[in-house]
Amino acid sequence: MPDYTLTTSEHLTRRHAAETRFRWGGRLAVLLSLGFLVFMFFSISARGIGAFGQTQIQLEIHLDEAVLDPTGQRDPQQLARANFKPVINQALFKLFPKVQTRREQRTLYQLLSSGAVFDLAEMVEQNPDLIGSTQRVWLPASAEVDLFMKGKVDVSLEEELRRLKNNEIAWINHLKVQRQIQKKFNTAFFTKGDSREPELSGILGAMIGSFLSLLVCFSIAFPVGVLTAVYLEEFARKTRFTDLIEININNLAAVPSIVFGLLGLSIFLGVFHMPRSTPLVGGLVLALMTLPTIIIAARASLRSVPNTIREAALGLGASKVQTIFHHVVPLAMPGMLTGTILGMAGALGETAPLLMIGMVAFIVDVPQGITDVATSLPVQIFLWADSPEKGFVERTSAAIMVLLTFLVLMNLFAVFLRRKLEKQW
Amino acid sequence: MVMGSIMKIQKEAAQPASISPTRSDILSAQNVDVFYGNKQAINSVSFEIPEHQITALIGPSGCGKSTILRCFNRMNDTIDICKVTGDIRFAGHNIYDPKVDVVALRARIGMVFQKANPFPKSIFENVAYGPRIHGLANSKDHLEEIVISSLKKAGLYSEVADRLHESGTGLSGGQQQRLCIARAIAVDPQVILMDEPCSSLDPIATAVIEDLMEAMKEKYTIVIVTHSMQQAARISQKTAFFHLGDLVEFGDTEAIFTSPIHERTQNYISGRIG
Repeated sequence: MPDYTLTTSEHLTRRHAAETRFRWGGRLAVLLSLGFLVFMFFSISARGIGAFGQTQIQLEIHLDEAVLDPTGQRDPQQLARANFKPVINQALFKLFPKVQTRREQRTLYQLLSSGAVFDLAEMVEQNPDLIGSTQRVWLPASAEVDLFMKGKVDVSLEEELRRLKNNEIAWINHLKVQRQIQKKFNTAFFTKGDSREPELSGILGAMIGSFLSLLVCFSIAFPVGVLTAVYLEEFARKTRFTDLIEININNLAAVPSIVFGLLGLSIFLGVFHMPRSTPLVGGLVLALMTLPTIIIAARASLRSVPNTIREAALGLGASKVQTIFHHVVPLAMPGMLTGTILGMAGALGETAPLLMIGMVAFIVDVPQGITDVATSLPVQIFLWADSPEKGFVERTSAAIMVLLTFLVLMNLFAVFLRRKLEKQW
Repeated sequence: MVMGSIMKIQKEAAQPASISPTRSDILSAQNVDVFYGNKQAINSVSFEIPEHQITALIGPSGCGKSTILRCFNRMNDTIDICKVTGDIRFAGHNIYDPKVDVVALRARIGMVFQKANPFPKSIFENVAYGPRIHGLANSKDHLEEIVISSLKKAGLYSEVADRLHESGTGLSGGQQQRLCIARAIAVDPQVILMDEPCSSLDPIATAVIEDLMEAMKEKYTIVIVTHSMQQAARISQKTAFFHLGDLVEFGDTEAIFTSPIHERTQNYISGRIG
């Protein structure tokens, strides 16, 4: 008797149940990893977003000629040495004339960042005619004031336990009423190098350092990697020796990055005496590190070019080099570039090998070339995370946000390139 | 350098042709053995391919017919483990002579492959590539002329005249295969090797290509590998039957299909092997 049943049976029900279980397991796994990702982004953003604002205080400053340029010559060298502290202090004192004791005055003057004098000096240097006039200027407040304005000082705490005392808070509130204290966009964060003072520190130095290192890394790792891959894949006969090379390349890709740092330390610094802490050496070390990745990616994409294309070109009488550089490499290029960009993104986030070659130094100046001392973004994050000042907490997170933004941009660029250049056949 | 060697071959090739002007053998194989590693794929094969005719190589899968075809333009060189011994001559010249430039050889002996393999470039670029690398065109106009006349000879021009700069991979299977024929013709070879050119085409596209080959044999010598006995019978003047690496029988197509001498040929033609 043939079986015509179409309805479910006990056996089928069990199979369906297994399928449902698997589907839910998968959904849960995806949800969990997404959850971690969202949590990470949220916590970093929540902490770092504040760093993009910086409290500033508006002062009416009389640029007293007698103090700044007693000779009246407007000599740039003289002006560079001028002391702007008295004029700023005077302006602050004018706002709060009731502050009498020396100790109180000193506290008052500390409302402003110690870097305020440099901002003012820079302004005068660009326009010496300002001397003698009275100007309304926004100057950066100190980190303590900044934290208070961002609501990160617990006022309910006892006065002795706070770094910001009651009289200072009174002054800030007075300035608030006068609308002479405000949170503004923190341009210094994107235009300055590192500093010991949180309110003066910026990320530009680290960004340029990272950029220069990656530039060196790319200009070495990409051509060397691609040529190696092309030679191994297209020219070299498969012998035991090439097998050995292949195994070693795969092994190198798995070597911890700090080992490459040690290698760079002993070779580039120890043997070749290249300048320490520079993007040149950093880039070389990162190039060593990314080379295996690039070679592996490039070989994979060369292998994915159909052999029929090689035969077509060879059959027409193209030489091997013509076949490879007219047809095979252009077709493999999207894959090679994608692999390279992903390798570079890895290099961008790399810290350990840079510590080894001295890119961990405290460097205030923005590097001008590949032989200037510099740090890089991840190292800057490491340095700030290590700093005791409370103002660096949000800056650390903000720097992480900048780093993540660059990583996401690079990955998007890789996806874009792949979509744009990939040919169909 | 490349141009020089082509010229040399052209010049030398012209001499024997002038000695025996009609129906000479342009390709010959003497005692050819081919090994893939330790495995012998061709056992001491000898035959001659006459000029301006279509010669068909038939036989069941794995019989070595494609392998011997790829010896004539030394495409087997690209396979590391492949070793060819024996004497293969093109217009009297040993093509495995160390003095022979394989680039020049392949410019003289073109090839069309089983699977249409246009470059992922425009139709124009596909055809122009050969003349360009061999420096056959002396101006842009001349190049265009070569491209158009090659497309016409391949019977494709009327179909693609208005989209020469569109991708060659966007054409239909049959058109792609004719594009590959045009690409081979553009280099102006003497011989065109075809490795099962119709195996992935429908009967109509196949018929178009067969007509094309018929017209092409005026100017070119064609050697075609085919798994279709009907196709061999329809288009070729000479047929070689291969089985398990041996050349079992070689002769006029009519004779092979009507009165084969060997039993193996008889069995294959009647469908008992393969």
